[in-house]
Amino acid sequence: MKRLINQQPSRVWGVALSLLPFAILLLMYVLASDARLAENPQDKLLPSFEQMGDAIYRLAFEPSRRTGEYLFWQDTLSSLTRLGLGMLIAASLGLVFGLSTGAFPMVYSGVAPLVTVASLIPPMAILPILFIVFGLGEVSKVALIAIGITPFIARDIQKRCLEIPREQLVKAQTLGANSGQILLRVLLPQLMPRLIDAVRLSLGSAWLFLIAAEAIASTDGLGYRVFLVRRYLSMDVILPYVAWIALLAFVIDFVLRKVSLWAFPWQESRS
Amino acid sequence: MIDIQNVWKRYGDSVILEDINASVKEGEFVTLVGASGCGKSTFLRMLLGTDIPSKGEILLDGKPILDEPDSERGVVFQQYSVFPHMSVLENVTIARAFEGSVLGFLWGARKRAAREEAMTMLETVGLAHMADRYPDELSGGMRQRLAIAQALILKPRILLLDEPFGALDPGIRADMHKLVLSLWRKHKLTVFMVTHDLAEGFHLGTRLWVFDKLRVDPQAPNSYGAGITYDLPVGACEPELLEKIDSGLNSTGQELSE
Repeated sequence: MKRLINQQPSRVWGVALSLLPFAILLLMYVLASDARLAENPQDKLLPSFEQMGDAIYRLAFEPSRRTGEYLFWQDTLSSLTRLGLGMLIAASLGLVFGLSTGAFPMVYSGVAPLVTVASLIPPMAILPILFIVFGLGEVSKVALIAIGITPFIARDIQKRCLEIPREQLVKAQTLGANSGQILLRVLLPQLMPRLIDAVRLSLGSAWLFLIAAEAIASTDGLGYRVFLVRRYLSMDVILPYVAWIALLAFVIDFVLRKVSLWAFPWQESRS
Repeated sequence: MIDIQNVWKRYGDSVILEDINASVKEGEFVTLVGASGCGKSTFLRMLLGTDIPSKGEILLDGKPILDEPDSERGVVFQQYSVFPHMSVLENVTIARAFEGSVLGFLWGARKRAAREEAMTMLETVGLAHMADRYPDELSGGMRQRLAIAQALILKPRILLLDEPFGALDPGIRADMHKLVLSLWRKHKLTVFMVTHDLAEGFHLGTRLWVFDKLRVDPQAPNSYGAGITYDLPVGACEPELLEKIDSGLNSTGQELSE
């Protein structure tokens, strides 16, 4: 018998083992839900899958009586727009700050301490300021995501930039490159996959900021909806919404990873 | 061509190099050997322009050598000399792109010309069949061939090699020696090569410099720096001398590491 640390599951076992916890959780939920509904058909805490399906069907495929919108898709679109805009701004600013501080010692001295201090401020603490300055509209929600994520991306890119071997920069100089060319042809292309990694890592925080902002002041969005229906104990809406958010997060992460490997094929043979 | 006048290098209290004086003519192949930590790489960095002497001067054609790297001086390091995100071919054409455009991209006829030139260079170093691969797919020896091809495309006058074959197997190393010697003759380069392998220094090039400490204070091993203790024309020295230098270097190395 091999040591436990040397035992690898076979392919079939690997898949089975990874699905097992999900199956157990689902089964436990179904059993608990059935038990509670048998006791009291009006119970709202653990709705059956049928009830959840009905609730989502109403939200996704029947127009809202008040506004005529398909709420589920409207919520999804609004949330993804805010998330996408916020991440786009954060990634662009983070790249600019990270690359310039990583590449130019003069900029590093001037900007890096500011970025470090900015990254220490909890973004949620300045949400009231954003609401006061930008009002309760879209701008403050996008700004919260951008402000919350930018320092992380900037510091990550800066660190990655400083990790690129100095030999490469010397080599580029002996090939006649000026600072701009080194930035554009040597540093930037090597940092792009790092940027995608940084975005993937910060997506979790971005969702947190998005849902928090929507919960506090919004008229649509996935976060707004779950906090709204909480008043009516509508677990049949909240649970599918949470699952939907998790699925969206997974798909975004998956797509980013594939895009990175497709766009920067030189990474494949590394590591 | 190159005059080294009273060059000293200090880092804080420790003296790395003391009072180096030498002059090198165009087309010489100088091999620098010495114990690790005795300043031969520091000296190479001063020739490259990434480090400056604490005292004294290095003159190139009578003028102080530039204190940042430029295209007069090509370089190959032991590793990390090539760009991992560019294909083998791009790694060589990039020098022309730096030279011929503001942003570092070539298009059309100039791109084709650069590619043809690069392919010829890759054939010289035996990498033409790998042109579309990425550096991380190459073996260590191939990567160093690429680094050499890349360094020579702009036809620098001086080629600096910092332990370029230190990480390679002996057999591959012998091939690389042949390659470097033939390129040196063909391009009429002035070569400085740092190595810790004394035998390598004895078989390559025209001139051997041994870096060693002239004086060693056992209580404060860093208070005296290294100088050039032997400056020998290659091919005109006896095996006994090789042994003598070797044992001298070993004893300094031991004292430094203690």
